[in-house]
Amino acid sequence: IKDLTDEWMMSVYGPVVKIHPVVLASIGDSYERRNEGASRVIGTLLGTIDKHSVEVTNCFSVPHNESEDEVAVDMEFAKNMYDLHKRVSPSEVIVGWYATGFEITEHSVLIHEYYSREATNPIHLTMDTALQSGKMNIRAYVSAQMGVPGKTVGVMFTPLSVKYKYYDTERIGVDLLQRTRDAPNTTNGLTSDLCQVGGAAGRVQDMLATVLTYIEDVLSGKQMADNSVGRYLMDLVNKVPKITAEDFETMLNSNINDLLMVTYLSNLTQAQIALNEKIVVL
Amino acid sequence: MATRKETPSTPTAPMASTSPGATLDSPVKQIQIEGLVVLKMIKHYQEEGQGSEVVQGVLLGLVVEDRLEITNCFPFPQHTEDDADFDEVQYQMEMMRSLRHVNIDHLHVGWYQSTYYGSFVSRALLDSQFSYQHAIEESVVLIYDPIKTAQGSLSLKAYRLTPKLMEICKEKDFSAEGLKKALIGFEHMFEEVPIVIENSHLINVLMWELEEKCTVADKHELLNLSSSNHLEKSLQLLMDRVDDMSQDIVKYNTYSRNLSKQQQQKHQYIQRRQQENAQRQTRGETPLPEEDVSKMFKPPQPPPRMDTLLIAGQINNYCQNVKEFTSQNLGKLFMAEALQGHNS
Repeated sequence: IKDLTDEWMMSVYGPVVKIHPVVLASIGDSYERRNEGASRVIGTLLGTIDKHSVEVTNCFSVPHNESEDEVAVDMEFAKNMYDLHKRVSPSEVIVGWYATGFEITEHSVLIHEYYSREATNPIHLTMDTALQSGKMNIRAYVSAQMGVPGKTVGVMFTPLSVKYKYYDTERIGVDLLQRTRDAPNTTNGLTSDLCQVGGAAGRVQDMLATVLTYIEDVLSGKQMADNSVGRYLMDLVNKVPKITAEDFETMLNSNINDLLMVTYLSNLTQAQIALNEKIVVL
Repeated sequence: MATRKETPSTPTAPMASTSPGATLDSPVKQIQIEGLVVLKMIKHYQEEGQGSEVVQGVLLGLVVEDRLEITNCFPFPQHTEDDADFDEVQYQMEMMRSLRHVNIDHLHVGWYQSTYYGSFVSRALLDSQFSYQHAIEESVVLIYDPIKTAQGSLSLKAYRLTPKLMEICKEKDFSAEGLKKALIGFEHMFEEVPIVIENSHLINVLMWELEEKCTVADKHELLNLSSSNHLEKSLQLLMDRVDDMSQDIVKYNTYSRNLSKQQQQKHQYIQRRQQENAQRQTRGETPLPEEDVSKMFKPPQPPPRMDTLLIAGQINNYCQNVKEFTSQNLGKLFMAEALQGHNS
């Protein structure tokens, strides 16, 4: 059985694979915790299947042994873990499997066969955690039969397009995690309320600065003006609502009054319960 | 309602979670969470926790010097009606055994729970946290607030019971005298532990890759100006709690009044008795036998003070949250004013 990979071909065959960041973080973590002597880790991917896409939302690693001529996967373990996971999220099904490493080896074909028994048309995800090519290539493949039917039949792994999908809260979580990149010892504390608003305002300011430099470049002729960008800019400027000064004043004041009143009320309540406590203890 | 969880009592032997540096007396000063745990918690709530159900899970990790490192977690299934024979302990044991096979830290260090607008100070939480902390000294409960997170910034807090509260829970003495002795106020129930997020270098590389593959976040939820919805709900919850509190106070007042009335009655009875006895003695008759006064007048049951403490703590929490929210919004409003002022 031979296998081929077509890395340079953008594929339109097969479903789009949407991955959640939690899956990638999990794979990275299990790679870091691999046993001595193991060069790669494998595991099962869980998720949901749609008509045109496969959404991968969870994964767990499966212990396996790999040597030159044979590969052994702990299938009992895989089944067990899947059952446990199913209890928590009954809507997740096995959609495929993952392996770290750069290439697809012959052993992968065997493992893929095993997974085709568990799921229809499983997805194979590879992530190059050893960074052999300088980047962490995250690719997805699906297997297709090829060859002459009846004689030599082989399996080809065709690449699929990979997209990243986030829930809103996940996006916010990932943004926070991004900040650990720049910290010296990769740690980051959680900031308190007003600092967060300041931080967000800072980010918007940076973005505005980028846009401004672009505009100045266009005006001074350094860059070609792009009409679509110009339209976006028009939208941006028009987004600031045009309200008369008095209306805005009244709106602003009433909002500020609401907030101040609520602050006053909550301070009052806190004083009240503190008093109550002191009186009871008397 | 939140379910009770028990720590598996058998594996306390392999769970020697104190490293040689940390003694049992020195509490953990900081919590270090891996990014993976954060993502898993967010995902768990997003998929399974719609509505006001709380989702819970177990935290795994270890203690290093004065830090509690949380390296992994796994979710707990919801308690549904048809799960009468569902064995929580067995699920935990199986999960931990399986995770041990793939070299994931399998030491229990705490648990996490999602919350609805900050309402998590309840009897169930107290009991669960107490049983965890009793078994494992350094365990914490992570409270994840998904609604606040959706508004723009991750809201994750770690709490632990203060030693004073642990003492009280151990003795199960929840009466007013017990609490007075320990001088516990609602502010001293939980102590918050600062959290730091840590990512390994490999995960950092992953973050760089993700950054370049994805578009810039097109939603800046944090700068959203609309606040009335959130304020309304918070205030509604606050009002409910204050109602509970006032009911509790009324109960306590009736109890005090009953007690004092009973004392008065006792005194009157004893006085009458003595008078009668004195009269009988003057008349030369045998005095009436002394009756056990305390048996006749049974003192009323004092109401438990623990609930009051919990309600007060919850109210305090709500107030804190509301104040944080309003301060953020005031900042945003002033920014909007600056923007508008520039225009006109």
